[in-house]
Amino acid sequence: MPLPAFPRCLAAVLLPAIAILLTACGEGPWNSPYPAGAASGRTLFASFSERPKHLDPARAYSSDEFRIIGQVYEPPLQYHYLQRPYALEPLTAVVLPTVRYLDRDLKVLPDDAPEAAIAYSEYAIRLKPGIRFQPHPAFVRDSEGAYRYHALTDEQLASIARLDDFGELATRELTADDYAHQVKRLAHPQLHSPIAELMKTYIVGFRELADVLKRDLDAKGPGTVLDLRDYALEGVQVVDAHHYRVRLHGKYPQFRFWLAMPFFAPMPWEAERFYSQPGLVAKNVTLDWYPVGTGAYQLIENNPNRRIVLGRNPYFHDEFYPTEGEPGDRESGLLVNAGNRLPFIDRVVLALEKETIPYWNKFLQGYYDSSGLASDNFDQAVQFSAQGNAELTREMQAQGISLETAVAASSYYMGFNLLDPVIGGLDERHCKLRQALSIALDYEEFITIFMNGRGIPAQGMVPPGIFGHLDGPRGINPYVYDWVGNAPRRKSIEAARQRLAEAGYPRGVDAVTGKPLVLYLDITARGPDDKSLLNWYRKQFDKLGIQLVLRATDYNQFQQKMANGNAQIFQWGWNADYPDPENFFFLLYGPNRKAGLGGENAANYQSERFDRLFERMRNMDDGPARLEVIQQLQEIVRHDAPWIFGYHPKSFALHHAWFRNLKPNLMANNELKYQLIEPAQRVARQREWNRPRVWPLLVGLILFFAALVPAWHGYRRRQRASAL
Amino acid sequence: MSAYLIRRLLYAVPLLLGVNILTFLLFFVVNTPDDMARMQLGQKRVGPEAILDWKHERGYDLPLLWNEGAEGTAQVTETIFYQKSVGLFLFRFGRSDQGRDIGADIRTRMWPSLAIATPSLVLGVTVNVSLALLVVLFRLTYLEFWGMALCVALMSVSSLFYIIGGQYLFGKLLQLVPISGYDGGRDAWRFLILPLTISVISGIGSGVRWYRTLFLDEVEKDYVRTARAKGLGELRVLFTHVLRNALIPILTGIVVLLPLLFTGSLLNESFFAIPGLGSYTIDAIQQQDFAIVRSMVYLGSTLYILGLLLTDISYTLVDPRVRLH
Repeated sequence: MPLPAFPRCLAAVLLPAIAILLTACGEGPWNSPYPAGAASGRTLFASFSERPKHLDPARAYSSDEFRIIGQVYEPPLQYHYLQRPYALEPLTAVVLPTVRYLDRDLKVLPDDAPEAAIAYSEYAIRLKPGIRFQPHPAFVRDSEGAYRYHALTDEQLASIARLDDFGELATRELTADDYAHQVKRLAHPQLHSPIAELMKTYIVGFRELADVLKRDLDAKGPGTVLDLRDYALEGVQVVDAHHYRVRLHGKYPQFRFWLAMPFFAPMPWEAERFYSQPGLVAKNVTLDWYPVGTGAYQLIENNPNRRIVLGRNPYFHDEFYPTEGEPGDRESGLLVNAGNRLPFIDRVVLALEKETIPYWNKFLQGYYDSSGLASDNFDQAVQFSAQGNAELTREMQAQGISLETAVAASSYYMGFNLLDPVIGGLDERHCKLRQALSIALDYEEFITIFMNGRGIPAQGMVPPGIFGHLDGPRGINPYVYDWVGNAPRRKSIEAARQRLAEAGYPRGVDAVTGKPLVLYLDITARGPDDKSLLNWYRKQFDKLGIQLVLRATDYNQFQQKMANGNAQIFQWGWNADYPDPENFFFLLYGPNRKAGLGGENAANYQSERFDRLFERMRNMDDGPARLEVIQQLQEIVRHDAPWIFGYHPKSFALHHAWFRNLKPNLMANNELKYQLIEPAQRVARQREWNRPRVWPLLVGLILFFAALVPAWHGYRRRQRASAL
Repeated sequence: MSAYLIRRLLYAVPLLLGVNILTFLLFFVVNTPDDMARMQLGQKRVGPEAILDWKHERGYDLPLLWNEGAEGTAQVTETIFYQKSVGLFLFRFGRSDQGRDIGADIRTRMWPSLAIATPSLVLGVTVNVSLALLVVLFRLTYLEFWGMALCVALMSVSSLFYIIGGQYLFGKLLQLVPISGYDGGRDAWRFLILPLTISVISGIGSGVRWYRTLFLDEVEKDYVRTARAKGLGELRVLFTHVLRNALIPILTGIVVLLPLLFTGSLLNESFFAIPGLGSYTIDAIQQQDFAIVRSMVYLGSTLYILGLLLTDISYTLVDPRVRLH
């Protein structure tokens, strides 16, 4: 029997749609966000939530930027992937740089020369020969030796929208000039390198070069492109094609760590010239968008609104997986690939994923190889054992997911503005007030409630894993903790009240004026979700009878208040640039204070004794003497309490079973080349976990049509009925 | 009609100027050039000198609206407002504070927005109009009652719930389509089908109720009774005569939206990872990139004015009695 007209129409639309759905999805899982067959390649699938601002090694400074350019650019040194504590090793350098000290007349001094005698330190870096840049149009030359794409015509530009629109690519060997060129770029005023100010104080001639470049730019007007090869930098000397020296003012042992960061990666002048063409700039084809390096990977697609794709650099030099690690690495399978040529992964696809819900679900479906852990998903993934250890839930274990945790080289703290008349000052009375608050603010509780246990309470300036950090009773803050049994225990609130009374505020009341003590915490604007956190802060201060006034402000105003030294109490944090205690203690160095000087010492702490010791410590080599000085510095800041030492966050990362060779390395930026994917296992799991279920859809459609039938009959009856 | 169009276009000039000034004032009330510099230069190791240099390079060291230190016309032209706004009227968006060409970014990002917004609008209107006509067809039956009850229920649910629920149901539970993502070319439909379905379903509640009201206004009119008296079937009466006569209010709602399809949808694009223009303005506000904010607000205002103009023109097309003077 033929269908009536209306159901026939619906069927004509819906049946083909169902047919397409049933047939057009190919062999793989229907819900795969990747093209067919993509999962079977040696491709890493990961995501990013914020697009990186800069990919120029002179400008990039944040971890999401380093995550990309760390794979592309190669500074002379890198961190050993497996060894702990973190150790530097040569990357493009033949060996670790040799350092020699010079006096004012440039005469070489012995290695143990007193610091006062050292006018300059000179780092000599020898490069491995034969290293080549990734294939790039900037290197292409014609038969006469002229660069083919350095003076693009309008006609050529018309067919170019992206970097891969260039027909020819070429390479050339890495030389010491490329490293020298990059150091000059750090001084370029238009690049605004974040480390330019710091380097002005160390690299010989750097300040002068920056001044000359600025003068020339001002003289030549906007839009001028300067060729840095025409400018000399006294402190960087190219000895030959594979050997260069960097001369610094005084002694600065931390410079070796900077040599492992992308700031000091090589930059070929050809790339800078190529990207400076206005026609390319107008198409957003810039050096800040398309890096040019010698690393294991090259950027082959940069669409940060959708995805960033890295591909293997065909000219990557010989580099091999480490053959040694720390104890336990062999047992955990981290040395299975020892001695094998790097990299193991051919392609890295980073997809933009702004929202955590789809991101998490796609990880569980096997479409992302690894995942961080947001608070929303924490309970689904992790549970704590009776001993307080983080463990995966059964659901995660059943999927073969593994958990990696590591304490970050970061510190989060509540700072006091030492310029404030109530809470500041270094006299005993004010120190006791701050010590009392340090005891009262229970960061163990904070970590449990607000961080799902992802952190450890800080005992001082130096996080675990950094030279100078001590475990055990010697490592605790004796003004806040007691060593009880085998662990630190926060002093009782009675002890805090006692300190407060000694500070002149018994039960939170000023003993002189009789007025209650009111303190002000400046916080950046908070939404309704943060109400519980703010209440928690009030409760902590209330334990001492102190009224806490929360001054909510937007981040701009907060920054301004901090720059002017107007905040009283504030929260701040610091991620280490390199694994050295100097990179933490400098946050309290007097000449580095924020108010008036624009430094990073947000507490505006200034202690002559601390500054003197810091100046001594920063130039010492690691050893018992330096450790002793560090403990003295710890004692000073624990007593003076310019900060309430908050916590060191603990990173939690989840990985699928097919993702191997993973060891958290919070200092290295180029760890992708060591990691390995087993595609066959991934394909099998993805199929197992993603079997489409069509029947509920069919049932729904049948019910929908069934509901229409009586109405259709009613309509037909009404059509056939007579008007009277 | 030409005189009318010219007059409307001239009206747009002060309107756009006003929008521009308002955007400018609102932006700089919240963000100072120092804040913008800090945001662009990063949080670590940024000194006052670097902030001054950044402002100088981009012209943010000038006074906002009036330059006391200058003379003559320079008092107006040597200001941030003048320097940053004049190019806009010629659709020269210039470079963002991060150094990217804004026009190129807009041209790249508008296509994914269009890829999702255009079929959403077409399919949404088709489904809503069809369902509304069916409800009118089955009026005074249980289908109308339950249909309207369902519409009220659908209207009461937040669009965020539709997105999360849709991703959970079709992407995670039934595993029929990718939860999120985007691809161009032949593979694009796999990623568009879910946001499209969700967009259509989430609009059914309000859409069907609105169109039903329009059709019910028409359905008892004399011409409909005449059509029925001539023996036309109810389906033909509704889909041919009633629909055509109800087109003016329908067009009012649709044509004004057409130009804004370029600007995309923030929620859809964020949750489905569609690389469109939806989040461009929001991201720029968060990054305090004034160059992008002013460009996008200007573009949005222009498109809205264009939409209103197109609506007026469309009246003359669907109803020959309408004349624009």
